[in-house]
Order: sequence, then structure tokens, then C-alpha cells
Amino acid sequence: MMHAIDPIILTLILLLPLAGAILVALLPDRAKLPNWLALLTSLVTFVLTLHLPAHFAYGQTGFQFERNIPWIASPAIFYHVGVDGLSLWLVVLTGLLAPVGVVASWKAIQARRKVFYSLFLVQQTAMFGVFVSLDLMLYYGFWELSLVPMAILIAMYGRKEGPRAALKFFLFTFIPSAPLLVAILWLYVRTHTFNFTDLQYQTASGVLPAGALFWVALAFLFAFAVKVPVFPLHGWLADTYNEAPVALAMVVAGKLGLYSMLRFHVGLFPAQAHAIAPLLIALGVIGILYGACLALVQRDFWRLLAYAALSLFGLIVLAIYGLSFTGWSGAVFQILSDGVVDGSLFLLLGALEVRYGTSLISSYGGLAAKLPRTASYFVIAALALIGLPMLSGFIGEFIILSSTFAFVSHGWAVAAALGVILGAAYMLWLVQRLFYGPESNLASSMRSPDLGFGELSILTPLVVLMLVMGLAPNLWLNSIQTGIHPPQHPTNVISIQKPQASTKISVILSEPANGGRVEGSAVAFSRDVAPSLPAVPSLARVGTHEKQLASASGAHQ
Amino acid sequence: MTSVPDIYRILPEFILTLTGVAVMLIDSSLPPSWSRRYLGFLAAIGTTIALWASILQLEFPQGTGFFQTVETSAFTVFFHVLICGLVLVALLLAIDTLPPHTHHQGEFYALIVFGAVGMCLLTSAVELLLVFIALEISSISTYILAAYRKQTGRSPEAAIKYFLLGSFATAFLLYGIALVFGATGTTQIYEIAHLAPTAQNHTLVIAALALMLVGILFKVSAVPFHVWTPDVYEGAPSPVVALMSTAPKIAAFALLLRVVYEMFPDLRSLWAPLLWIVAVLSMTVGNLAALRQQNVKRMLAYSAIAHAGYLLAAFAGIGEVGIAAAAFYAAAYAAMNVGIFAIITLVAGYDEQLSLIDDFRGLVYRSPLLGCLLIFFLISLIGIPFTGGFFGKFYAFTAAVGGGAIALAIIGLLNSGLAAGYYLRLALVAAQRPLADQPVPRKPEVGVAVGAALLLAVIATLVLGIIPGATLDAAQSAAHTLQAPPAATTSPTSAASPQAAPLQSPQ
Repeated sequence: MMHAIDPIILTLILLLPLAGAILVALLPDRAKLPNWLALLTSLVTFVLTLHLPAHFAYGQTGFQFERNIPWIASPAIFYHVGVDGLSLWLVVLTGLLAPVGVVASWKAIQARRKVFYSLFLVQQTAMFGVFVSLDLMLYYGFWELSLVPMAILIAMYGRKEGPRAALKFFLFTFIPSAPLLVAILWLYVRTHTFNFTDLQYQTASGVLPAGALFWVALAFLFAFAVKVPVFPLHGWLADTYNEAPVALAMVVAGKLGLYSMLRFHVGLFPAQAHAIAPLLIALGVIGILYGACLALVQRDFWRLLAYAALSLFGLIVLAIYGLSFTGWSGAVFQILSDGVVDGSLFLLLGALEVRYGTSLISSYGGLAAKLPRTASYFVIAALALIGLPMLSGFIGEFIILSSTFAFVSHGWAVAAALGVILGAAYMLWLVQRLFYGPESNLASSMRSPDLGFGELSILTPLVVLMLVMGLAPNLWLNSIQTGIHPPQHPTNVISIQKPQASTKISVILSEPANGGRVEGSAVAFSRDVAPSLPAVPSLARVGTHEKQLASASGAHQ
Repeated sequence: MTSVPDIYRILPEFILTLTGVAVMLIDSSLPPSWSRRYLGFLAAIGTTIALWASILQLEFPQGTGFFQTVETSAFTVFFHVLICGLVLVALLLAIDTLPPHTHHQGEFYALIVFGAVGMCLLTSAVELLLVFIALEISSISTYILAAYRKQTGRSPEAAIKYFLLGSFATAFLLYGIALVFGATGTTQIYEIAHLAPTAQNHTLVIAALALMLVGILFKVSAVPFHVWTPDVYEGAPSPVVALMSTAPKIAAFALLLRVVYEMFPDLRSLWAPLLWIVAVLSMTVGNLAALRQQNVKRMLAYSAIAHAGYLLAAFAGIGEVGIAAAAFYAAAYAAMNVGIFAIITLVAGYDEQLSLIDDFRGLVYRSPLLGCLLIFFLISLIGIPFTGGFFGKFYAFTAAVGGGAIALAIIGLLNSGLAAGYYLRLALVAAQRPLADQPVPRKPEVGVAVGAALLLAVIATLVLGIIPGATLDAAQSAAHTLQAPPAATTSPTSAASPQAAPLQSPQ
């Protein structure tokens, strides 16, 4: 079912925020004009992103809405964009968080609004670009571009130590991208292509020397791990969360790096990812526990949120490097859920900070009576973060933990579950300290209005979304699974390594993707393949066995 | 074969010379009280015509003139256009920023134009003695220009330092030329390329190469021949620095390309490792020193040293790939560097009261246009995608990786991470809110000429970053003509016959 707009929809999504940014920069900074323009641009962009799931061919694997135009002849860089099940919802999430960011900045940003909103929109384009680029050079371009507006905005609108935090953030994330670029260039010199799918076959075919490929994969991983961040590379995170304007803090960490890991590390270098997976699993679990423990002792709620994020990202890293399809579905779902939940929490805490002028937790207390709406929204978001059943966080955490239990090891699953319990502790304690208990001096001395119409109109959909994601996860999981399943180009693979490895995967693949009970199917996996970790569920490699898989699955059923 | 009159082979240089002479003559005939500002426009117009004439040269078949001393080819045209463009921007910058009562203002413009003659000739000369003369023409103009702010002590100090060290370096070059003449019996570059591999005294050739490299690497301010750069940049007037940190350097790089790729391609095993070391030293020393600077001009001087290192990394590329990458980097470097110096000139003022990094605090608030442009050029210098700086580095390091110098590429890119530190420090200071007790400096005024200069630099940086295809094609055809010079030892009349086809247009 083709639609007239399909071939250019991704280009529109990329260009619209940029056009908005230029418009905001050109028009005068008068009477909230930049705010309204930014809101309008981000809402229209969000509506455009909704076109993607509405017209996505769900049964199909591979990339859709693709566009592949030569950009530079030599070296052969293409404007190659497209989405698959993996990136589809991440694009929508990015679109959704943009208006949330604008609303969150509505009152917080008073000076130099033009600069703020135009850079904010440029940042938006860069993030969309990261998710839709299928040409490594284009991807790298957007990846780097996403750093610049972020760093400038942190410096300009930071709370106290803006420039220092901005410099820290920029250097932490820019320096690892140097080896990343060298790795990309090396791949290009060897393969003469930046095309993601071509490269996927080349790396799987064994043409490239394994020794060098190890370093190349490591360069990719390192850049992504800093950006996520993975313990122990999180040095920039707390300062950035503490200083960055709310609208940017909610997008600065996590999804760009996690998506890149899934697509460009695990997806491009399956064998190397398999080799390094045990390390990443260990770091992921350490991150979960370390982040949760530090979150427990923070006095500032931004810092608390930073360490909570470190803990949550650790869980997703664990899921990605568990190297199972179930785990990957859980990882993507958890990224989406975190995006929505974190977005709401940032919005609410930002609202508190604007009203009371501090982020010190001890200054608050007993706010529930004065700000009942804030309190109830906050409680729902906090519960979603903890993973209360029926809310979005539960699904992701459950899939991740059960797949870890089944495919990785029982020990790591138990340790990760411990971290999740600690998560409940710090979150509920935060709720208690902010909203319940005796009313603090600050709360009683200041009269502040509860959430206004603007905030409510953006928070309510988010909360509803948490509920829908918790109740009907298959709306998302089905399409995510098509993205994780192998692409259908079996003929392009030159040679096949360890063919017997993929027969076990066939069990996973053969599970009806629309099963309706993801939890159930995860348990089923554990029965079928629990004894050993499937060698490497490489996207390309499994693709070679498409037909065998079909027959195997028939036999299995 | 249609023969091209010799004069067409030096058309841009000829036009520039006429312009310079006209400016000087008119300057001396005007009454002393009249403003000399319009002489700057005259010089700018002359430079524009020279730029156009350079492009016109593409219409002629590639070949040499004046008894095989000057060449026109896509290579010379590429660098002519670049140099004329830079001189034009520098002139426009000077028109608006020189104080109206500057002494000998007319001479200032004339000297810039005469310098341009030398630089253009340096890229098109294929005879080592002419190379030497061209280098001297360009250097002497820059020595005088560096001393122009003579009210302060620093400017003449800078000029004298530059002059003494520069003459010393030129002497090395001249000595190298003498040795190469001793070894081969000629100073014509094509003939040397032909005779050098079979020269009886091979040691002499190697010594000649080494001495010439010293001379040229001094001009491009590569480590360890860089010591003069920060002092000279700090002392010289900013519009002059905008010129001398770009145009003469680029001309010297063109000469370097000619010397190593055209004259001594067979000695690659000797010069490639040398340039590898110099590239690594330049980047690392330049960036480390820049991190510690408080004065913006000194910081950018060290940054220019580091950029010379990045450009030298392209020399690790083999053959045309390396030449094209170096030529492209030169273009990108020129665009962003002249842009940033234009902004420094405007903010710091001719008298340079505000040249410390802290003086730039709150620039985005004080003058949003200049602040945003400053950040833009800094982003390009860092090498963020969609700016010229990115593709410059990209091609340079791709060439290096292709030539097998992966370590060099990694060192280079880690260096650009290091460099991000100080570029970003300046960008973030400019983006910061001004301090409450900070004295409010005068708001820099952006005149028409400066506006045009900035616009040129911004457009060039953006075009190189978003649609680099056309420039890269031009760089590649430049590289191609340098790699395949007209048959050298045959007589001048038949020299151009195999390459008689009209040159490809850079588009």
C-alpha cells in the first residue's frame, strides 16, 4: 500500500525542524513567538512521524520508506535513509519528545529564546538523522551534529556551571568519535562502500581480516558506550543532567547510543559483538547496581535521575548483549518506555524547579496536599519507571530479565533483578521525600500553582501512553520484531560461518511473532534453548538460512 | 596545436601587478587629506578580475610559457582561485577595519596585491629560480605588512622576527636549489624530475630535498619550524594575519606538492616518513600549546600549526589521492580560517584591546551575528560534519588510511578531539552570559565590505561542507595535471602535444 508521500516522508521529517530553526532564527524574538513557532514545528513533525507507523508494512522485514540518492561521488557517500522495525518507533518517540521539550522549556527559558529554540530544532534534525541514516557517513554526520547544539545550549542555559559541564559533555562524546571515524574510513577503504546493508554482508562474509575487524568493532562500541553511557564511561552524565535545560537533558543520553549499539555494533559486527558480549553484560549489570546505589544517596533530584538513568541503561545494555531476539525486542521496547517515562519525570521535576527554584530534594516535602495533580502524575510516572505491571516499564523489564535468565545466565538475571528492586527503593523514596511527610519550610512559604493547562495537555497523553504500552505491548513489539528479524537478501552473502549455530535460532524465529503473549513466548524460549547461548544470532548470517528456517519452523511446530 | 601567447600564462599575475602599480600611483597623486579607502575597493576589483582571469585560463590547453618557466594547468588555476579569493576577503576586511587615519593606507592595499602576485606565481612557477623570486615577492610584502601597526612595540618586533627567520629559511631553500642544480645541471622542475633518479651524485639530490623541505616547512609553519608563528600573529595587525595565516601558507603548500609529488616522486620513501613525523609533531605540539593560550590570536596561531599538520597528513596519500586531499584541505582551511580572523579583527578592533579569550565573553549577547558566526567557524575548525572543516579532515585522513598510514589518521583524529577543547572553550565563552560587572565594550560594527567578506567565507565553508563535489572534482583534476606534467625533456613546441586537449572545467 504505497502512499504518495512515502518516498519523501523521511526527508520531510529531517528538513522540517531545520526549516523551523531557520524561521525562528530569522523572525524577531517577540511575545513568545519563538516558543509558538517551535511548538508548531515540533507538533507538525510529530504528526509526520506518525505517518510512518500508519503506513508501515508490518509483515515485512528490511527497510521501508527508503531513499537512496548519490550525494558525493567520491568517496561514494549517499543520502540513504530508511526505517525498519528497529528504528520506526524511535523516530516516533523523538517526534513525541520534541513538543514535550518545548513545553518543558516554556517557562524555564526566558532569555535568548531565539537561540534556544532554533538550536533545539537543529538538535531534533540531528537526532532524526541518526535514526534514519543507512549510509555510515551520513550517520556519522548526524551523530556529530547532535553534539553541537547540545553543548552550546548546556553552556548558555546551564544552571550554574554550564560551560564546564558542556565542555565535559562535548569532549567525552567527541573524542571517542575520532576512532569511530577512522574505523568507518578503514571499512570504506577496504569495501568501497558506506552502505549499511552492503557492509553487513561484507563483515559477515569473512573477507575482511578478523584481527583488524576486532579493532574496528571496538572503535564503534567505544563511541556508543560513551554516548549511552555504559559504566564506567558515565563521567559526563551526572553533570550534564544537573546543568542541561530540561528539554535537552531528557534526550541527551540513552537512545542514540543504545540504538547505535544495536544497529551498528551488534548488527554490523555480530561475531565481534559475540566475543565482547560477556564484558558488556558484566558492565551492564554493574551499571544497574552501581547506578541504583548512587541514586539512593543523591541529594539533588537531577543527579538522582542521572544515576537512575545509568541503572536503566545498564539493563538495556544487558538485553542487547544477551544476544537473543527476545532480549533485543525487550531492549527496544524499554528504550521507548524509558523515553516516555523519563520525559514525563523531567517535565514534572522541571516544573517543580521552576516553581520552587531548587533541585535539592531536602527542600521539598509534603507537596501532595498543595499540588495534587503534580503528585499523582509523578507517582504514575515513577511507578512506570519501577516497572509496575500494567504500566510500560514492566513489559520491558520483564522481557529483558526473562531473556537474561534464559539465554545469559541465572546469576546475572538475579543481579539485574536486584538492581530493579533497588530502583523501586530510590524512586519511591524520592516520591515520599518530595510529596509526602511534613510540609517543608519552602513548600509552606511559597504559594505555587499546580500544573497548568499546557503541562497537563502534554502530560496526560504521556501517562495514557504508559498505560497503553503496558496493556497492549504487541502494538509495538510486533513491528520491533520485524526489525530484529533477518533481512531478506540471502543471495548476497558470500560464505556462511557455523551454519549449525542458526538452527537453534530457528526456534526463536519460528515463534509466531504476533503471539500476543510475549512473556509466554520468552518462557517457551527458555525451555527450548536455555542450555546454551545461541552462538550469535547474527542478522546477516541467519538471513542465509531463510528457507531452512522456514522448513525448520514447520518441523518444529 | 594552437600556441597560446605567453602573456596569457601569467594573466592573473599581470592583472594583479597592474592593479598594485595603479593603487600606488593614485595613492601618491592624491592630496594627503583625501580618504584612501576607495583605493581598497580598486584593489578588490583588480583582484576579482584576476580571479576571473584565473578561471579563464582553464580555457587554454595546459602548458608552459616564457621558456618553460610558468605553467597553467588545473593545478595552478585551483590555487590561483583560492589565493585570489583569500586576498579579496583580506582586502575587504582591511577596507572596513583600518582606521581612517592610517599612514600609507594606499600602500597597505598595494602591498597586499603585490604579495598576491608572488603567491600566485609561486603556484605556477615550474622553474626553481622563479620559485625563489616568487617566494621573495610574497614574503617581502608580508614582512612589511606585519610591521604596519608601528605605534605598538609588538608589531615591528613581529616583523623583524618574521623577516630574520624567514630570510634564514629562504636561504635554506636557495641552498637546496643550488644543490639540485649541481646534481642535475638544471633548475627546470620537469627536467629535474626526469634527471634526478639517474643523477650520479644521489647524496646531493637527497641533501637538496632536505634543504628545500626545511625552507618550505618554515613557510607553512610546521613543527619544528613553527616558533615564529605565535609571536608574528600576535603582533601583526589582524587583517594582515587573516591573509598571512592563509594565502602564503597555501601557496607554500602548493609548492610543497610540486616539489615532492612532481619533482621527487621517486624519493617517496624518503620524504613520506619525514612528512609523517612533521605532521604528527605539528598537530600534537600545535594543539597542546593552543590549549594553554589566553590570547585568541596566539591560540589561533597554534591552531594554524595544527592544521598544517592535518594537511600534511594528506601527503601520506599516494599519488593523486593525496594531492587532491591536500588541495581540498587547503581550500577548507582557507575558508574557515579567513572567516574566523575576520571576526577576531572585528571584535578585537584594530588596536586589539580585546584579544583575550575572556574578552569574548557574552559575544552572542553583545552582537548575535558575530557571536553565531564565530561559533560557526569554530565548529568548522573542530571538524563537525556539514562544514568544510569536516570534509577537509575527512579527505585528508581517508587519503592517509588509503596510503596505509592508519596510525597517522588515528593520531590526527584524536588530535582533533584535543583541539575541540580549546575551540569549544572560546565558543562556550562567547555563548556565556556576560558578567554583571563586565564593562560593556563597544559593539563591533559590520560594514558592507566586511559583511561581504564574511558572507564569502561562510558560503565557502558551507558549500565545502554540504556539496563538496565540485571543489573535489577541481582538486582531483588539479591533482591529475600535477601527476601528469607535459613531457618534460622535449622541445617547448611539442611539449604540450599529448596534453593538448583543453583542460576539464572544474565543474
